[in-house]
Amino acid sequence: MAQAQEHALTADALQMEREWTLPDRGTVGVIFLIITETVLFSMFVAAYLIYIGKSLTGPYPKDVLELPIFASICLLSSSGTIVFAEHALKKGELGKFKIWWLVTILLGLYFLYATGSEWYKLIYEDHLTISTNLFGSTFYSLVGLHASHVIVGMTFLLVVFFTTLRGFPIQTQERRVKFLSWYWHFVDWVWVIVFTVVYLLPLKVF
Amino acid sequence: MATIDYPLEHPKAVTPEFSFSETLYKWVATVDHKRLGLMYVVSALFFLVVAGIMASVIRLQLAVPLNHLVDPDTFNRLFTMHGTTMVFLVGMPMVAGFSNYLVPLMIGARDMAFPRLNAFGFWIFLLGGFLLYFSYIGGGGLSGAGSAPDVGWFAYAPLTAKAFSRGAATDYWALGVLVSGVGSIASAINVIATAFCMRCPGMTLSRMPMFVWVMVVDSWLILVALPPLSAAQIMLELDRHLGANFFDTQAGGSAVLWQHLFWIFGHPEVYILIFPAFAILSEVIPIFSRKPLFGRPAMVGAVVAIGFISLGVWAHHMFAIGMTSWSNTFFAASSMLVGVPTGIKIFNWTATMYGGKLRMSTPLLFCIGFLLQFLVAGLTGIMLAVAPFDWQLHDSYFVVAHFHFTLVGGLVFGLFAGMYYWFPKVSGKMLDERLGKWHFWLFTIGFNITFVTLHFAGLLGMPRRIYTYYPGRGWELINLIATIGVIPQAAGLLCFVWNVVQSARKGVPAGDDPWDAWTLEWATSSPPPEYNFEKLPVVRSSRPLWDLKHPQDPDWKFE
Amino acid sequence: MFLYALNAFLQVQVPGAAEKRIANIFKPLATPGDLERQAAYLTLAVTAVIFVVVAGLIVYTVWRFRRKPDDDSCIEPAQVYGSNQIEAAWTIIPILIVFVLIGVSARVIASVQNASPPAHALKVRIVGHQWWWEVQYPDYGFVTANEIHVPATPDGKQATYVELTSVDVIHSFWIPQLAGKMDLIPNRVNYMWIDPREPGVYMGNCAEYCGTQHANMLLRVIADTPQDFQTWTQQQQTPAVSDAQLSPARDAFGALACVNCHQVRGTPSVGKFGPDLTHLMSRQTLAAGVLVNDTKNLRAWLNDPQDAKPGCFMPSMKLTEQELDQVVSYLQSLK
Repeated sequence: MAQAQEHALTADALQMEREWTLPDRGTVGVIFLIITETVLFSMFVAAYLIYIGKSLTGPYPKDVLELPIFASICLLSSSGTIVFAEHALKKGELGKFKIWWLVTILLGLYFLYATGSEWYKLIYEDHLTISTNLFGSTFYSLVGLHASHVIVGMTFLLVVFFTTLRGFPIQTQERRVKFLSWYWHFVDWVWVIVFTVVYLLPLKVF
Repeated sequence: MATIDYPLEHPKAVTPEFSFSETLYKWVATVDHKRLGLMYVVSALFFLVVAGIMASVIRLQLAVPLNHLVDPDTFNRLFTMHGTTMVFLVGMPMVAGFSNYLVPLMIGARDMAFPRLNAFGFWIFLLGGFLLYFSYIGGGGLSGAGSAPDVGWFAYAPLTAKAFSRGAATDYWALGVLVSGVGSIASAINVIATAFCMRCPGMTLSRMPMFVWVMVVDSWLILVALPPLSAAQIMLELDRHLGANFFDTQAGGSAVLWQHLFWIFGHPEVYILIFPAFAILSEVIPIFSRKPLFGRPAMVGAVVAIGFISLGVWAHHMFAIGMTSWSNTFFAASSMLVGVPTGIKIFNWTATMYGGKLRMSTPLLFCIGFLLQFLVAGLTGIMLAVAPFDWQLHDSYFVVAHFHFTLVGGLVFGLFAGMYYWFPKVSGKMLDERLGKWHFWLFTIGFNITFVTLHFAGLLGMPRRIYTYYPGRGWELINLIATIGVIPQAAGLLCFVWNVVQSARKGVPAGDDPWDAWTLEWATSSPPPEYNFEKLPVVRSSRPLWDLKHPQDPDWKFE
Repeated sequence: MFLYALNAFLQVQVPGAAEKRIANIFKPLATPGDLERQAAYLTLAVTAVIFVVVAGLIVYTVWRFRRKPDDDSCIEPAQVYGSNQIEAAWTIIPILIVFVLIGVSARVIASVQNASPPAHALKVRIVGHQWWWEVQYPDYGFVTANEIHVPATPDGKQATYVELTSVDVIHSFWIPQLAGKMDLIPNRVNYMWIDPREPGVYMGNCAEYCGTQHANMLLRVIADTPQDFQTWTQQQQTPAVSDAQLSPARDAFGALACVNCHQVRGTPSVGKFGPDLTHLMSRQTLAAGVLVNDTKNLRAWLNDPQDAKPGCFMPSMKLTEQELDQVVSYLQSLK
């Protein structure tokens, strides 16, 4: 009787072992990393919002900011191109993957270039620096924090590109591409928020 | 006959001899969660002694009025470094150390989810600590003799502005803590991923040990609470070095913004700090009462509730800055509400002991000390949450007494309970019981002499952070008594250090399961082999070893 | 050490002043303090009951259920997993207690914060500096430092309405026997009010760490009878005493760098960085409560401020003995 009970327990245990599924740790890791980064960005967004209209001297946003429409389209499209790249990789079409991946990188690079030239204009022509007034401090810190995240993303995108060229196994690349694309989507969504708060709000576009 | 789905007898691992450089490499290059956990705890204990010495100097300076033991600047540096060290270099590594060592063992895993990230987290925490203490040498920057930061551990703006804090001391504070914080976030992501993704078969989330639950919620709090601090420190450094205006009142910036950002971090931080003690108590009390934890689901619920409510109470540190009556009332209300789940935990722990067979060994003694002292701390916390009362008590020695009751009377006592409980597992030897009891009584008596007394200094109007005071205010006797309490505390701590050193060398061998416990870490050898378990266990309840030892009365029949 | 203490004791106890040196928050002498004490007493009562009940339970449990020394058996006690009714009870009761305390807090917060000053309230504006208090009486048109005179009235009809701000870092105004504290924050004005019932000297401290000499940024609120207050304000409104006999001393003072930091109304000395000295001799203490205002201390302070208050922003001017004599005699004329 006791033996039969034990036998049942053992069979039970073996079945539990076979059927036991857990979330993937890379997935959980990247999700919580994104959560913590979101909180970080929220603080700089909050600072920007709190200080809207509080600068004691100019230049003010409406004097110097121009909507970076083209750059934003590029960055947000790169979220689309990275999805195309992922699909190509899943289907094993390495050539297509490399092309779409390269397009994503180029779109990101253009965004960085556009940010850089905007900053050049703001600093040298409009004389707005991080120390000029509250607007300068909150603008450069928020946009700069976002740009630094784009740079980090770009670095990883380039690493994946070169390792693909070197012929790393597709399964490794698939996982990396999946997590990197989540990070990239996160960076793009932050840009939507930054664009709204920094450009649309003070210019009272809505 | 034992069933094969539970861990079996296992052979004792034979440890070969290593040369010095091999041993060094083993520790420096390790990614093993047990070694890293141990390194975290040992580092924390080292900083505990350093910051404890600072506290003793502070108490000696304040023992009599108009004392000249240290000059004002030195005193201000002492309390700044004491607070910063205790919070970031003792409390946080204890969180990381305990969770890194125990979580994989308790869930039947071989290591954490991200072993290399684990190692990165430890070394960057140590780098942060090094940066903070380097300020003693480099704090003057290029302008003069350097020294440590003297802005208080919460570094209010605009005192931290370049104009009021010259030299690099404040930068070392900001950067040291910022860098250390990166390590904490790494550790937190690791703990969550481990708990969600590496549990052994059969261990559903509801069967996960209470310790693991608490550390998961702790990690959630770290992930959500640390970024505001990092953001504030980045803004501070931008202000100090690039001329930004975040906290520059001359440019229209707000000194209060720093306080909001800091306390949005700072209040959850104190829960982050106390959670290990909650976790430890939830493991130790059941074992030493010989009963399961009373009301497990409610305990999990209480911890999760604290994990959310604690995010909404921060401005009770700011009742005196002139917020509107609506804000003051809201934060008073939320602060009192967060006391409810915390109080529930005290009731549940007591109910666990009720009807049990209490084995009055050192781990349980420290738990009982925790219960009574944390009760006092929670009640003085309620007093502080009542905003009008806080208007008198804020920034006085009453607050100092309150938070030392939570952090020393609560956290440190809980950590000692954990150390006495798990030392046999980590080292394979038992700690000496007699020395343990000496440690407990000396420390308890000394702690209460110092900190019960200091409540009254606050009630008589003594503010915080003053390097001296004038006689005739009614503070002299209180301060003298409080200083005397340092001696038994130091003596108790010495007993502990001596106990650890002696027992590690010549202690009684512990065996796998000296306490007759019920969680998975006791199902492997002491110390565990590098791979933790010979065969990963399969569990059916939250007390797998109870089920194994009581096959006719297993938990899974009742859960 | 003892001699230091004795000396200090003799130094800072102002002879003759009715100082209320023990600032017990449970013995308030003004309405805000009273209201806060009410909240405090209720909270203390509730928490005391909770403490007795819960600590009693803990102690009883430990005592009753400890393992008997002769009990070697391995028989485990009944494995109780929980009890829904008990747990519900000890969740609901604390929540109810919390609601009561929230209600009390809300009421007292409103009474203290939302009280608007009556029309004839005296207005005092206090500006915090690193390590002294600038005290302005805008309705009377004069400025003084460190010692705040207000009228006391037993019937609480005459309140003083205080505006608080700072020019540098955050400070905090705390006179425990009158009211709870309120911070002085740069670029922000905070408000509070006090109505002392008894005349006397109320002691306080800066209650927000503000740098090196935070410990020595002491406060005195001197509640005068209405007649004394009137006398005092009238005296403060007059410009500095101009004694012809002292013009060499005054000229000496005017030639030194003192004038860059200190104002003496009625003279060319208009510095605003340091405390106003127009009626220095009307104050009980020097250096924000650090020294009793007598000749010896005044001379020692002028000789080297860093001795009594190391780190403060008044440098030693390295005056010669003769210059010291002149400055001291001039300052002592500023009654």
